[in-house]
Amino acid sequence: MSASSVHSLWTTAAPVADKFPTPHIEYAQLSPVLIVFAAAALGVLVEAFLPRRSRYTAQVGVAAVGLAAAFAAIVALADKGYGTTKAHIAAMGAVAVDGPALFLQGTILLVGFVAIFTFAERRLDQRAHGNRVDSFAAQGSAVPGSDQEKAAVRAGFTSTEVFPLLMFAVGGMLVFPAANDLLTLFVALEVFSLPLYILCALARRNRLMSQEAAVKYFLLGAFSSAFLLFGIALLYGYAGTVSYSGISAVIDGTAPMNPALASTTGNDALLLIGLAMVTMGLLFKVGAVPFHMWTPDVYQGAPTPVTGFMASATKVAAFGALLRLLYVVLPGMRWDWRPVMWGVAIITMLAGAVIAVTQTDVKRLLAYSSIAHAGFILAGVIATTPDGISSVLFYLAAYSFVTLGAFAVVTLVRDAGGEATHLSRWAGLGRRSPLVAAVFAVFLLAFAGIPLTSGFAGKFAVFKAAAGGGAMPLVIVGVISSAIAAFFYIRVIVLMFFSEPKADGPTVAVPSVMTSTAIAVGVAVTLVLGLAPQYFLDLADKAGVFVR
Amino acid sequence: MNPANYLYLSALLFTIGAAGVLIRRNAIVVFMCVELMLNACNLAFVTFSRLHGNLDGQVIAFFTMVVAAAEVVVGLAIIVSIFRSRHSASVDDANLMKL
Repeated sequence: MSASSVHSLWTTAAPVADKFPTPHIEYAQLSPVLIVFAAAALGVLVEAFLPRRSRYTAQVGVAAVGLAAAFAAIVALADKGYGTTKAHIAAMGAVAVDGPALFLQGTILLVGFVAIFTFAERRLDQRAHGNRVDSFAAQGSAVPGSDQEKAAVRAGFTSTEVFPLLMFAVGGMLVFPAANDLLTLFVALEVFSLPLYILCALARRNRLMSQEAAVKYFLLGAFSSAFLLFGIALLYGYAGTVSYSGISAVIDGTAPMNPALASTTGNDALLLIGLAMVTMGLLFKVGAVPFHMWTPDVYQGAPTPVTGFMASATKVAAFGALLRLLYVVLPGMRWDWRPVMWGVAIITMLAGAVIAVTQTDVKRLLAYSSIAHAGFILAGVIATTPDGISSVLFYLAAYSFVTLGAFAVVTLVRDAGGEATHLSRWAGLGRRSPLVAAVFAVFLLAFAGIPLTSGFAGKFAVFKAAAGGGAMPLVIVGVISSAIAAFFYIRVIVLMFFSEPKADGPTVAVPSVMTSTAIAVGVAVTLVLGLAPQYFLDLADKAGVFVR
Repeated sequence: MNPANYLYLSALLFTIGAAGVLIRRNAIVVFMCVELMLNACNLAFVTFSRLHGNLDGQVIAFFTMVVAAAEVVVGLAIIVSIFRSRHSASVDDANLMKL
């Protein structure tokens, strides 16, 4: 930029705004988000004012009613046509109300609703001093093994704070895929990440591991969100605005020019580095290689109900945001980001599948499998066709319920030290409790993408879209890594059904109706989406148009 | 003064922060380096705001500060809890789950 233009900008820039206009907020269209946040705030008040013994019931009630009401609001909005014909941008350009947003928000709400059941489960762990306890620490602040912790357990404390935390996380996740400017994107990312960091630290058993998982997740998450923020700063510098449509107009060259814009848009480094850094931040949340390092440790250390929720809902939200960013802001940059995403998708699929083969812990195994699945979904993202959007939406809905169900099963297999997650302990589970093993086998087959399960329908849709979008090599790599992945899923099934149970093997806890419901919903969705996917494929297809 | 200089400073601060996250071993120091990265972003936002002559960047800087404050609350809580149970805040000691 020349010195004179800078000088004039320096002195005449920023005209004084004498008053701020009142923002126009479409409350009805934002109602799902508002309901969830209201329920979360109510949960905080419950925590503050209700006596300890009645908190659990109240918290579960508030959270469940909040999520159900928010889902009803989503259905009402979709019914009025906000997903298709009346799709538009609400809240002064900050939030999009369109098909993909409503579809993903609905999925996140359902996932959150089922996750509440696994959070509220109180029959799996043995009673502590006569009190039924859940998977969460008696008192998160107490040092593990200390007198303070023992006193807290004896007094029957439980961390009912997990329910408001879950609600805040769900609220942030609802905004994330609907965010229509980069600032909202960043704030939503933090709003759903911060509660997750805390939830990770609150396991009742293996507390040191749980705290370690939280530290790792927190430090790496904060690191990646700093990258995201710097990317946002560079994109803002390039385009002079953070709104998606504004940036895309500047990239396409249709925005009205002014001297400042002329000097920054000439600088492709701002755009390319900004784009790379924002994408990096989102790929971290998605768990794509090479930003996947946190996934196995955090999945293993976090309380299993939290892992299930995190693995499914975070992925839905983050892929929604990634789709919107790539399809709405950066379609003009397609030729720049596609080759990079090709590389990321290929290495994610292969690395996830290959490393998973060597795992000996069920939760780590599922973590690496989730990395491989992130690669499969990325293949659909890369298609850059309408089919690409709808197939990714469908895959996310199918995948999230399989994951939730699989982690719910993991909570059932226990020994004296809590959950028995080492794979060798699962040997012969099929002889001991055929039903649990069979249910887990269904989930594993769905992960592997065997026909008649939702995994097959999802994978087929994604690969078809990728092939249609001209990414045939990706499809070939995808099929190869699916085959590798199938190997270790089948190996677990063989281990469960065809090996002798050990004498001191783990027991399968008999869950209450809560976890049973969660697992049953997982199985039902897996089979329905596998046997009769057409209705849901059509739904995803109808929802697959972004508003600009 | 050329506003580009502020951008160079912000990129430099960001790099120092990122290098600190990768090199330093104490979780608190790592976390402070993350905060440095966020402040580098703020400087970039304010500079670009001046360059473009709109206030968006300055408003975003306030949002960043609020988010950074919230992050401090959560981060310090987690780091203090792990420090109290292990008597060490070194990120190298947190290796229960290493393969």
